[in-house]
Amino acid sequence: MNLGDEMQRVFRRISKSGNIALLLLWHVLHLILSVLYIIREIFYAVESYLITNGYVKTYTNLNLDRVKYLGLVVDSDEARKTSQVIELLEWLSAIGVKKVCLYDREGVLKKSKEVFVERFGSAELPNENSKTIPLLSKKRMDFEFVSITDGKEAVAKAANLLFKKYYVDADSEKPFFTETYLTEALRTLEPDPDLLLIYGPARCLLGFPAWRIRYTEMVHMGPLKYKKYGLILKAIHRFTKVKQNFGS
Amino acid sequence: MAEDPIIATDNSLKKLELERSDDTVSRFLGGLNHTIRKLVFRVISSGPIPQHIAFILDGNRRFAKKWKMTEGAGHKAGFLALMSVLKYCYEIGVKYVTVYAFSLDNFNRRPDEVQYVMDLMQEKIEGFLKELSLVNKYGVRVMFIGDLKRLYEPVRVAAEKAMAATAGNTKTYLLVCVAYTSSHEIPRAVYESCEEKNGVMNENGSVNGDVNTGNGSEVVVKMVDIEKHMYMAVAPDPDILVRSSGETRLSNFLLWQTTNCLLYSPKELWPEMGFWPLVSCILEFQKNYKYLEKKKKQA
Repeated sequence: MNLGDEMQRVFRRISKSGNIALLLLWHVLHLILSVLYIIREIFYAVESYLITNGYVKTYTNLNLDRVKYLGLVVDSDEARKTSQVIELLEWLSAIGVKKVCLYDREGVLKKSKEVFVERFGSAELPNENSKTIPLLSKKRMDFEFVSITDGKEAVAKAANLLFKKYYVDADSEKPFFTETYLTEALRTLEPDPDLLLIYGPARCLLGFPAWRIRYTEMVHMGPLKYKKYGLILKAIHRFTKVKQNFGS
Repeated sequence: MAEDPIIATDNSLKKLELERSDDTVSRFLGGLNHTIRKLVFRVISSGPIPQHIAFILDGNRRFAKKWKMTEGAGHKAGFLALMSVLKYCYEIGVKYVTVYAFSLDNFNRRPDEVQYVMDLMQEKIEGFLKELSLVNKYGVRVMFIGDLKRLYEPVRVAAEKAMAATAGNTKTYLLVCVAYTSSHEIPRAVYESCEEKNGVMNENGSVNGDVNTGNGSEVVVKMVDIEKHMYMAVAPDPDILVRSSGETRLSNFLLWQTTNCLLYSPKELWPEMGFWPLVSCILEFQKNYKYLEKKKKQA
């Protein structure tokens, strides 16, 4: 019995130290990964520099026709730095993007709506003929501001609308709700974004309205503070080359 | 160690492994491979392991084109990759695995391809049913998610048999999405919630007279009701969604459930998916774990 107990104690000690050894290895592994990520970031910075300054000919002429509606998902904590967001929008405007859907979970961007619209929206021109002021119209972008309340909660509201429409009257015909019924009840005026750029630590949708991203390409751009102009060009260029089968 | 039942169900893979293991050197290498895998999994297990991983099986046809195989052979290679990935997931301790096997949009493909995939699914499900005792021993519950009425009759029958046969298992779950799209799932959940609320109200008489008088502020259907009626309500939301072949879209898959989910797009085509891409995916999840947990709590 004593020998058995002794052996059990030894095994327990070995397994405990084994676990500690594995945990140590795990930390070492993640440390190596962090170093690799830093190297990758440096590589991206160099690549962005080359693209921005026109050394890479592939990205000089972008076919922006395919990017009819660009979506931006920004982490709410980073969205509070309005100047960073404005800089990003200026870059997009310079590239030639006309319509942008701005999303952040908590609605921080929604609260700063006036700032963006004033900066990029069409100013109230005393002269109706905007052709005489080409510079202003070039900077102009149309925005849509979206937050978490436009996501699942909006579907719940739409469900209530549908319920009131079809179920209040006991004798009325109750159709099976397809996508068409829900789209109508949701009353979304804007189309689905073609390309979604995600600014945050992780490639995560953070609650962007689900039914608006069925076939949207989603690219992770890293944290907002490390945004790079050249990488936006790269993401848009890659998007224009994508061929979607839509399941067929 | 007993052979994993999921691998055991595919006889062709068994034969392949037998042929390979005849040679002493390859048996040694196989054993070494197994040990390395075990070691890597044990190291990774020191950190958080995802509870639920979802896979979009993209790239079978491109794989077939790349290796000059028929499309059917590409799908078969995809199936073998699926079996390996499932084995690794369960080895590392993932409880729920969801796969996007067939979308409602895929019915738009050429009829002969649709027929081939349906036949392949039927063949594999029936093969699986033959190894039930082993499957039940490992506690794998198989569920088919989607508009099953749209499936070809023999496939639907086989799927329902598989679901019934494994209904008692609770250790690990395999959710196979067939004839599924989120744009079908979400409106259907809304419809089912409305039907349920209507049924409840009819039972209780006109208790909520407010609705009948057109009071706009009455909230009958809540978000929890809709979530309850989703096809995917049987499992928690996925922690990682993996789409192979480097494509960055979701193609109408789990749109409602991926609010706080890490999206991962390895460059490998689906038949090339295996051990190392899965390890990279879990490491990526571990790197972002704290951030994702913070976001989940905020919801």
